[in-house]
Order: sequence, then C-alpha cells, then structure tokens
Amino acid sequence: MSHFLDRLTYFKKYAGTFSNGYGEVTTESRAWEDAYRSRWAHDKIVRSTHGANCTGSCSWKIYVKGGIVTWETQQTDYPRTRPGLPNHEPRGCSRGASYSWYLYSANRIKYPMMRKRLVKLWRAAKAQYVDPVAAWKSIQDDPDKRREYQSARGLGGFVRVTWEEAEELVAAANVHTAKQHGPDRIIGFSPIPAMSMVSYAAGSRYLSLIGGVCMSFYDWYCDLPPSSPQTWGEQTDVPESADWYNAGFIMMWGSNVPQTRTPDAHFMAEARYRGTKVVTVTPDYSEASKFADLWLHPKQGTDAALALAMGHVILSEWHAKGRGDYFLDYCRRYSDMPMLVMLTEKDGRLVPDRQLRASDLVGNAGEANNPDWKTIAIDDATGNPYVPTGSIGFRWGEQGKWNLEGRDAKTLEAVTPRLSLQGGQTAAVTFPYFGDGATAFFNPTQLGDTVTHDVPVQWVRLADGSSAKVATVYDLFLANYGVARDGGTNYDAMAPYTPAWAEAVCGVPRQQIVTVAREFADNAEKTKGKSMVILGAALNHWYHSDMNYRGIINLLVMCGCIGQSGGGWAHYVGQEKLRPQSGWIPVAFATDWARPPRQQNSTSFWYAHTDQWRYETVQVKDILSPTAPKQLTGTLIDFNIRAERMGWLPSAPQLARNPLTIAAEAEAAGVPVPQYVAQSLKAGTLEMSCEDPDHPTNWPRNLFVWRSNLLGSSGKGHEYFLKHLLGTQHGVQGKDLGEQGAAKPEEAAWHDEAPKGKLDLLVTLDFRMSTTCMYSDIVLPTATWYEKHDLNTSDMHPFIHPLSAAVDPAWESRTDWAIFRGIAKRFSALCNGHLGKEKDTVLTPLMHDSPAELGQTHHVREWKKGEVEPIPGKTMPAVTVVERDYPNTHARFTSLGPLMDKLGNNGKGMAWKTGHEVEFLRHLNGEVEVPGVEGKLAKMESDIDACETLMHLAPETNGHVAVKAWEALGTFTGRDHTHLALPKEHEAIRFRDVQAQPRKIISSPIWSGLESEEVCYNAGYTNVHELIPWRTLTGRQQLYQDHPWMLAFGEALCLYRPPVDLRATGPMHGVKPNGNKEIALNFITPHQKWGIHSVYTDNLLMLTLSRGGPIVWLSEVDAADAGIEDNDWIEAFNTNGALCARAVVSQRVPKGMVMMYHAQEKIVNVPGSEITHARGGIHNSVTRCTIKPTHMIGGYAQLAYGFNYYGTIGTNRDEFVLVRKMANVEWLDGPRVTPQAADLKAAE
Amino acid sequence: MSALWNGFTDYLHTFLFGIYPYICAGVFFIGSLIRFDRDQYTWRSGSSQLLRARQFRIGSNLFHLGILFIFFGHLVGLLTPHSVYEHFITVQQKQALAITAGGIAGFFCFIGLTLLLHRRLFDERIRRTSTTIDIVILAMLWVQLCLGLITLPFSIGHRDGGMMLQLSAWAQHIVTFRGGAAEYVRGADWVFQLHMVLGMTLFLLTPFSRLVHIFSAPVWYLGRNWQIVRRRGGATARPGPVAAPQAGPAE
Repeated sequence: MSHFLDRLTYFKKYAGTFSNGYGEVTTESRAWEDAYRSRWAHDKIVRSTHGANCTGSCSWKIYVKGGIVTWETQQTDYPRTRPGLPNHEPRGCSRGASYSWYLYSANRIKYPMMRKRLVKLWRAAKAQYVDPVAAWKSIQDDPDKRREYQSARGLGGFVRVTWEEAEELVAAANVHTAKQHGPDRIIGFSPIPAMSMVSYAAGSRYLSLIGGVCMSFYDWYCDLPPSSPQTWGEQTDVPESADWYNAGFIMMWGSNVPQTRTPDAHFMAEARYRGTKVVTVTPDYSEASKFADLWLHPKQGTDAALALAMGHVILSEWHAKGRGDYFLDYCRRYSDMPMLVMLTEKDGRLVPDRQLRASDLVGNAGEANNPDWKTIAIDDATGNPYVPTGSIGFRWGEQGKWNLEGRDAKTLEAVTPRLSLQGGQTAAVTFPYFGDGATAFFNPTQLGDTVTHDVPVQWVRLADGSSAKVATVYDLFLANYGVARDGGTNYDAMAPYTPAWAEAVCGVPRQQIVTVAREFADNAEKTKGKSMVILGAALNHWYHSDMNYRGIINLLVMCGCIGQSGGGWAHYVGQEKLRPQSGWIPVAFATDWARPPRQQNSTSFWYAHTDQWRYETVQVKDILSPTAPKQLTGTLIDFNIRAERMGWLPSAPQLARNPLTIAAEAEAAGVPVPQYVAQSLKAGTLEMSCEDPDHPTNWPRNLFVWRSNLLGSSGKGHEYFLKHLLGTQHGVQGKDLGEQGAAKPEEAAWHDEAPKGKLDLLVTLDFRMSTTCMYSDIVLPTATWYEKHDLNTSDMHPFIHPLSAAVDPAWESRTDWAIFRGIAKRFSALCNGHLGKEKDTVLTPLMHDSPAELGQTHHVREWKKGEVEPIPGKTMPAVTVVERDYPNTHARFTSLGPLMDKLGNNGKGMAWKTGHEVEFLRHLNGEVEVPGVEGKLAKMESDIDACETLMHLAPETNGHVAVKAWEALGTFTGRDHTHLALPKEHEAIRFRDVQAQPRKIISSPIWSGLESEEVCYNAGYTNVHELIPWRTLTGRQQLYQDHPWMLAFGEALCLYRPPVDLRATGPMHGVKPNGNKEIALNFITPHQKWGIHSVYTDNLLMLTLSRGGPIVWLSEVDAADAGIEDNDWIEAFNTNGALCARAVVSQRVPKGMVMMYHAQEKIVNVPGSEITHARGGIHNSVTRCTIKPTHMIGGYAQLAYGFNYYGTIGTNRDEFVLVRKMANVEWLDGPRVTPQAADLKAAE
Repeated sequence: MSALWNGFTDYLHTFLFGIYPYICAGVFFIGSLIRFDRDQYTWRSGSSQLLRARQFRIGSNLFHLGILFIFFGHLVGLLTPHSVYEHFITVQQKQALAITAGGIAGFFCFIGLTLLLHRRLFDERIRRTSTTIDIVILAMLWVQLCLGLITLPFSIGHRDGGMMLQLSAWAQHIVTFRGGAAEYVRGADWVFQLHMVLGMTLFLLTPFSRLVHIFSAPVWYLGRNWQIVRRRGGATARPGPVAAPQAGPAE
C-alpha cells in the first residue's frame, strides 16, 4: 500500500498502552521491516577461506545474493574435538571478515593491463613482424626500446588489453628467452602453496614443464628458522594450536599470538583456565603480554642471552646435580649428547672439532657402509666406544638399522650410551665468545673473545694408530653454558652465560630469569615434557636468529619437551604446512613429466640479481670465530658462489650458456653430458652463472609473480630491486663497493657499471592493484578467494579446507589455473619454428633426503681450486638431461604424465608405487591422449581435476597411500609403522567432501606428528614414540653442529651473538638536512594488526579501523628527543632508501626502537620523501638483505639443500634508521620531478 | 514588431503568474507524494553535519530560524484575507511589521545561508559529496533570499501597502482557483516578479531535492512514549498470524 495513505491514519494508530502508560501499542505499518529482512536474505552460502599467508586457514560462509558476494561469516561446523579438549570454533578474524570488500572495490583488477609504452612498442613490432617471437626479439635487441618501458615501471601508465594480446606477448617472451638465453632465465615467484595449492601449482607446473625456475619463499621471507633443519633435519614441524591446551607452562617468545594467530589464540586463553602459566618474552608491551602471568622484556635482538641464562640455571640445578631422571634419559635417547667429539689443538688451545665417526676407528668399527656418516658413543656398561644405530649412515645403502631403538649396530644389543665422561681426566677447552663485539647500543661486555672451561675427556685410539682426545657433546654443552660441574654455581658471576651476565646484556632481572627457568623445568619434569615455547618472527628475523632459536631448542631438549604432547617448540611463522605435499609435488613441479625440476633459493638469488651484494657492509671477519681456521676469506657473495659450485646451494640461471645447447656440444665431443659439463667447468671453457651475476648472459629475463606482493611486501632491499632488477626510479642512497674503493669480491666478477634493468618482462597476477602490480609490465586479473576452486591447509589445525567459487570470476578475471593453462596453450602454438623437442641440461644441488646428502664429508674441498675433481652429484651439482617437448607443453599441462605409473611417487626419501591411484584418476577425471605418449592419461583440465589428483596421490588424504608410505618408511627403520594408518586405510578425501565439511587429514610419515583420537598433532612425536630417527647426522636431535664452516663461524654450540652492524645510518647523518633533529633507532618490522602482510592494508574497512595509512611506532622518550608528536609525518631513512609515515607515539615501545608494521602498501596515503624525492617507500625501502655463510652449507646430512628447507634467509632486524620529523609533506600530485631537479631546487 | 513583442510579454506574464503556479504546485504535491511512496530511503535532509561541524552549527541554526520565520510570515501574510485582519491592524501597519520582522529574520537567514553556501562550495569534503541539485538548491535559496531583501527598499518606497495587497490578492486567487490572478501583479516591480518566479521554481524543484525534508520534521518525537510496540498486522498487514498486543492492565 501507499506510505502516504498509511500516514493519513496518523491519529488512528493509537491502540492502547501498557506498563502503566510507559509503553504504547500502535497499529502502524510494519512493512519497513522488510527492508532489513531483505538486507540479510541471500540466495546461497558457499564454503571458502582466505589464501592470505596467516596460517589461519579458517572456514568461512560466503553469502551470495543476486549473483553478487555480499558478506561472509565464520563457519562453525568443524568436526568436534575429543572429550576434555575445547572445540576449534569460532575461527576467523576481522581481516577475513572484510575480504568481500575487495571483490567489487575500485582496487580490483578487472581486465588484463599492460604498460602503455610497451603496448606501443609491441604493436609497432607486430606490424613489422608476422611472428610474435620475432617481434619480441626486435624490442629486446634494441637497448633504447628496452629502456623506454623499463624506466616507466612504477610510474603508472597502464592500458587495458585483451587476453589474447597479453597471452601472446607473454608466450612470445618466454619462447624467445628459452631459445636465446635458456629456459632457466624464466623465473617464477609465488609463496606458501598451502594457502591455495592449485593456484601455486598452476604457475609452477607451467614453469617446470618449460624448464623455468621456481623460487623459494620460506627462507626469503625469513620465516624459515635454519636452526630447525640444523637440529632436526626438518624444515619446521610444529604442534597444532589445540595442543597448547595440553601444556602446563607456555612461553610466548617473540610471538604475538592474539594479534597474528587470532583464530587460535583461544586455545592459549583456555589453557590458562586449566591452570597453565603463561610467560611472554617481548621487548614491547605487545597484545600477547596482557595474557601473561609474567612479561619479560629483553632488549630486542638479545633473546639468545636470556635463553642461555635460563639454560645455565636448568643445567646447574638439574643436570649438573644429576637431578631429573626423565631429563637424563631423554637426552641419552633422543639427542646427540652422548656422541663423542674430537678435541684438537689450534693455536696452542684445545678446541672442539668434529664428531667422531666409525671411519676414524680401527677397521671402520666394523661398518662397511658409510662409515664416514656413523657417529660414536661410549657404552655405559663397558666404557668402550660403539656405533649406535640410527645415524644417517644407516639411512642409505642398508636397511633396518635406521631407528632410535638404541642398539649397538654390530651386536644389535640394547646399549645405554654414557652421557658424561665425568670422573676421569679433564682438559681445558676453549670456546668462542662474541659478546664483546656488540655495538654500543647492544650492551657490549668486556670478557675477551674466548672462554675456557674444564671438560671431562677420554682418549680413543684411531685407525691411523694415533690417539685422540674426545669429549661427549653433553660435557661440552654444559661447559659452553659455563655450568660448574662441582656444584659451585654462582648466578651472580659476570661470566657467560650466568643470569647476572644475561641481566647486563638483555636487561631482564636475574631473579626473573632464575624463577622462570626453574618453573619451566620443574613443570617439564613433573609432566614429562609439557613445557612449550611458542616463538615467532620477532626472534627469527635477526642475522643471528639461529642463536635465538637454538637457545630455546636447547631448553626444550634438556627438559625432554620435544615430541611430547603439550610440550615442545612451536614456531609459527608462515603457513608452511602443505599437508598433502607429496601428492601435490607431481602436479606442482610436473614431476609426472620430467625430473628434476629447477628450484632456486630466493635469498641468494635476489641478493645477487638485485645487486645488493655490491653494497655489502658486513665483512666475513666481523662474524668469523676467533677459533676459526684463518683461510676463510672473501665477501659474503663469494661464500655463496663457492656453495653453488660445490653443489651446496642451487643456481639460477645455472650456466653461463643456454642449457638447451649443451647436450649437442657434449654429443659432438662424444662425451656424456654430466662428464662434459664437469670437464668444461674444470677447463674453464664453461662457467657457472653465479660467478658473474651482472653479465647480461646471466641475467634473469622473465619474471612471473603470482599470489605474491614481492615488491610491496617481502622484497628486502626494495630500492635495489627498483634500481638494478627493474631499472626504474629508486631511492638508493649509498655507494657500492667500487665507488667506495672498498675490497671487491674474490669470486664474483666486478663490473664498474652496475646493470640497470635486468628484467625484460615482469608479469604479475593479482586480484588487486598491489605495489608489485604497479611495477609490472603486464598485470593479469586473477580470481579472488571466493571465485575459484582450490585447497588450503595450515599447521595450526589438522583440517584440509576448500576455496570455492561462490561466484564466477568477476569482469575478465580468470583463475590462476586458467591463466597459466592459457599461457601454456599460446606458448605451445608459438614454439613452431623456434623450439621443438629439446634436451635441457639441468643442475641440481646435493639434495637433502636423498643419498646425495652424504655427498661431502668433513672436508670442504673445492674443484675450482683444484682441491678435488669435479664429480657431478658429489663434489659439484648433479647434472641431468631432461627432455622438453615444447610444442606439447599445453597437452602436458592438462594431463597427469606417465612417470607416475613408471617411477611412482616419493616424499622425504621414501618411495612408493602409484599405479592404483593413477588408474583411479583416469576414471574419476576422464582420459586424454597426449602426442608421443602411449595409452591414455588422466585428465587435469580444470582446477577441480587438479585438486582431485593431488588429494588422491597424497598419503594425508588417501589412506591406501598412507599405508604404502608407512611401509616404505618401515624398510628404513626395520619397524612396522603401518598401524598408524591402517584404521583409515579405506578413507579417501575428495574435493566435494571438504566442501561439505573440513576434513581431518590422515597420519603420514611425511610429517613427524600424528592425527589421532588420542593425541593432538605435535612435532617430533613419531620420532620419540615410534623411534624414527630425525634426519640428521646422528639421527638424533643435533645440538652440536660439526661442519667445518659451523666451526669456523663459531656455531658448533649455541652461544650469544649480538646483532651485526650494518653501518647504514652513519653516511646519511646530516647529509640532507631539513632542519629537524635526526635520531638513529633500531628498525623493527613486526606483523600487523590491520592486515595480513600487505593484504587488507589497502582495504577500506581495515584502513578505517587503523589510522588509514602508513604508521611507525615510536617510544615517548625518543619522540620527545626528536621533537615528534603523535600523528606527525616522519621520515625514516638510511643508505638503503627512505620511507614516510605518520608517528604513533606510544608507551608500548621501548626506547631505542622504532616499529613499523611490515608491508603497509605504498599505494595508500604515502607522500613524497624529502630524501629521495620519490614516493615515500615501504618498510623494505630502508632494508638490505645480508646473507650468512653457515646457511649455505650443503651435502652434509641435515645441512643439505631442500627447496624452502635450507639456505640463506632474508633477515632485516639488525637494521638502523635515522628518524626525523618531516618539514614538508609533498603529495607528488603534479608532474614528475627528477631527483636531480628537486635537489637543485632544494639547494636554491 | 512592437505589437508582437507586447503580445509575447503579455502571454509570458499570464503564463508565469497564471499557469506556472499551478504547474509548480502540481509537481510539488504529486511529485512529493510519488517520492514519499516510491523512494522512502531518499526522504531525508541529506545533512552534511557528520562530514564537518565547522560553520554548520551557527550557519544551520541561523538559516533555519530565519527561513522558518520568513516562510510562515509569507504564508500568513499573503494568504490571510484583508477582511480578517483589518479589524486589528491597518495595511500600513501590517507592511511595516512585515518589513521590520521580515528584514530582521532575513538578515539572520542571510548570514546563516551564506555560511552554509560557503561551506558547501569551498569545503572540499562537502563539495565532493554534494550532488548538483544540492548546490543548485542552496544557491537558488541564497539568490531568492537576496531578492527578498532587495524588495525591502522597494516596499519602503510605497508605504501605502498597495503593492502588498496586490500580491496578497494574487496569492489568494491562485490558491482558491479564481481566474485572472496574473492581472493583480501586472506592473509590479521586476524584483517582485523575479522573486515570485524563483519562489515558485523552488516549489517545482522540491520533490527532486533534499527540500522534501520540510514535510517530515520529527517534532512528534518530543512527545513520544517510552516504548512503542507496533502491532503485528498493522495498517498494511503482512501475511502471518495476527496477535493482539499484550496490553497492560488498565489503571
């Protein structure tokens, strides 16, 4: 009816009163209520999740109304937990709840976009050449044309193009690059497959099929703690969040659980109701601290000092007193503490050397197989040395003795190893001490550069007839902590690593250190290991993060917490747990068609190719141990080059020649390819690319970025990326080594003129116009997380989730799978006349979890220096010839290749047959024929086909495969593990199942925890309870690192290493004054509250909740010192560049530190810098990555390369910046002013 | 030529003051009715107070105070028949009252309106969130107010009140649908004529602008009860059971 007519009854609406006249009843129309009913009405609800790298993996209801996604709410239908454990729900946070904003926002990328200058060049070239590949070549052969579009990167100027045109250009560039320079010059960067594994696999499958390079991310993001592979041979494995509830004592150490693990924080809060004590360790008063019973706030970067002092207390009060049978028994069985270490004389001092091996003893101690890789302990009953089973020598070349049953390998009798040699002789052993070398800010001590302790020793007769002095790791470990074995412990002594010493270094009162250590250990002893440390990025992003982490790992091992439910090491940084990993690898890296794929560790790659090495300020002598052999010289990149040549780390590009041409050369020479490569390298007729990263032959040429915001988020040394890789406007302020006249690298070729603009083409796939998109040549619109089918898993819970297409991709966007499938199709078509069936020579490093991890024993010998012959796969990278069928790239992309039938599948060293699964997939997905392949193959046309394939091949989602995988492991350990999967043997999870409800995965030997109705998932659980060795040298938790480089850099045992001096503020002080005071502060970049990395930082809802633009947190003291008030515009700068942000002046922040939540997008509310005259930068504008030689070690048991497993890491927290209030806030809305012109103007 | 021209102006006069008023009134009432019925969510004042309070509090209050006084002054002044008030007040006195009171109200209204217009045009946030009609209406009101103020010296010029009587007669003829209304204002000063045409145009534009809020001042809110229960199945019943409200015990 009419609203107006209703109003005419205005005086008739009264229908009585109630409640003594306070209420009134009317007969007014209630039709207006329908507005609210239809507001919340919807047509359907679809389950999806968010592929942000947050480890949340939350199940969400996506509401669709009229074909439009309208909003989302948290799902509440997780399978419930067992009795006595709280449920998972509700999971989700404010960030996820705001995601639907993106779908129809102005920031959505709706059409394929291309840089206008490139479009013009491309169309002109296409008019001239019929062949698109020739057209692309004509642009690349003209340096002026190349510079024209390169120099416009990041400066706007996108125009809309068709999919056909974009695909054609990308495919032509790829064909040209593979033909001209080699396929290993085509690079792809995409992180964290677990967050949307099929979307990841789309790009990596295409790249792997054509021989391109997939870049690692976990190490580059600095989320990989190298201490984990060092200790356990495992990337990282952690408890699920539900296991926090089982803990009796939790330390949240540098991890801001409620802020960065929002959906899981409830388990921690619930544990407190159970009586669990919570201690936080964080320099700022973080959100986590309000949950704490005690808040410890050490100075940032000094956490190792606190951990060492806590260890000092626990070792003194338990181990040194023989108290705690549980602790001693645990250390004996599950750590390398009883293993023997040789002590050698160096400069008149006795220093710990490598661990004793069977090969050192007479007759190889009876071990014919791998005696170099079997460590020695002393039999407690007889006092004689013996070879315990389980060390890595037993893993390869023999069967049944790789286990932790604690037997003598010769007699197979159960033997108790002797932990300590106390009671006999002692010797004075010298340990390095680095605490004096700290910069003034980090509280240097004055205690000398070594410390000497008495250590119980014994003599052992060696094979050469000599005798060696040996000690157990245990005795050295206690000595290194400064623990007095006679009970004369003095916590107030100023010596490493007493509580008094720690108080002086990290600022935490000694009494608090002693109390927390006692409570931690006391709880662990009473509960058999239920003390847990949740630790995170705040510790891990330091140059010497290994020490922070190993300090904590040591605490957990000495208290028997690792592998125990409710206890252990809970490192949550990055959503690394790709649960169906081994089923996913064939899809993602096309190992169904060709093996091995090309994979590269990103940190070393970016360090070399963004030329950050040309500006290196950290010298090897700064970080070398006083007990090191003197011959280690060179710059940091020299160490990386040596590592690449020795096959420790991968290379990309690999050889300074197109790898498609080498097989033919070898054939002409009549030599097998591997031998030909080795000979040519030795003769110097062939070089590795790493030796000359600035030579055009060795430049990366094409770069794909998808599911990532490389330039807006993770790109440490952002301005170097812009200057050298992209060749565009940048803010680098410092001088390179050549300009400084500093010492040049020994191994890397030096060009006085650094290259600008190495990349021919940067292609980014995204749903939003991120900073990376702004710098790309081509931007392809991809489906959002509510518009595609995919899978998602996390380490925080044991479920596998779907991403589902609630609606079709909006505008012209397509799923990642469809985009790369389309590029593959166009690529295949354009190959005609350029690429056919080609032989590609692929180099692979000595891989972890393969026999190659026993590649190089305890000597570092370089073939380049003639110290050893180059032997592929042994003393240099392995060389494999892979056949590429370029014209059939698309046919191969869309089918499951024949190698799965022929070779089966594998994971972490285990292998199993997949015939049944492949047969099943042929029926499920349908069949397809591929030219050149006999028979029919399973189809993989759609993203759902890919989901089904990977889930059916993975042990975690297919019970049959799980049983096969456990059987495979049993052949190594000689034990039957199948009981862990047999109850679920006939379970197979399919895509529609997970759409119906998240499904719990099946226990598999790929992971070290169990999914069962009895225990929560916890890392190391099967090692402790199934006696499966850790994949380390000793097969036990490796607390002693005996590689020569570890000894050289002083890190055999955990010790305190202060942050390194990056020398980035000194040269900038007062150089470009604006009249305001400049103060130097430590630049800390924590994870944020209003976004997940850069996602959501451009989202209107989250911007409204925060301050609506970039912010930097300052302490009140520093702000007052520099005359800065809250909300002032400030600039932070150093030699790396500059950034602008508003100041948040807060009591949360301690003096001396400035905190910038990382990855706040450059595209929102960022003014121009007074230093660079370019737009104010991102947090990485003031960072530069610095690599650490110990992370480059390879071919050495657990210190062997694995993709995202080991390698250099992109640290950034040792950085200092100058902070000052801005004098002029310039928005750069006018025409562009060159820096030179702006400087001139400023000078006037 | 001259005859033609005279014929045209004659026609124009008849149109503007005889026919145009009915067009405006028709659009004003029917348009408002349609908008009220069809587009409830647009029935609002569209206030920009939340965007910026600066200049608003003083400007808006002065303007509304003034304009309400002027509006009701016009309403009463024009539509009250001479026969009704001649017992209390002479025409001359009435005109003097109108000039004085209207002048004071106009002065306040002018200050308020000028502040609001300045704010709307030169405050960037408000300018960007304004629609064209928002600005047009405000500008027209300002011009109309100025014209109204300019009539003051004219009125002072002929104090006999004859002009006022003519204008009243015109208005009363229009609202009572008597023919020949236009003849009463033939020969009125241009400023009066312009003021009238612009005033009628404001009525014409009302249904298309934020001015509709004048119908819906929520004064009733001041006297509303503590709690109001709208009975299910009210004036426009929705399908479903109709339950009588649980009325409280009568006192």
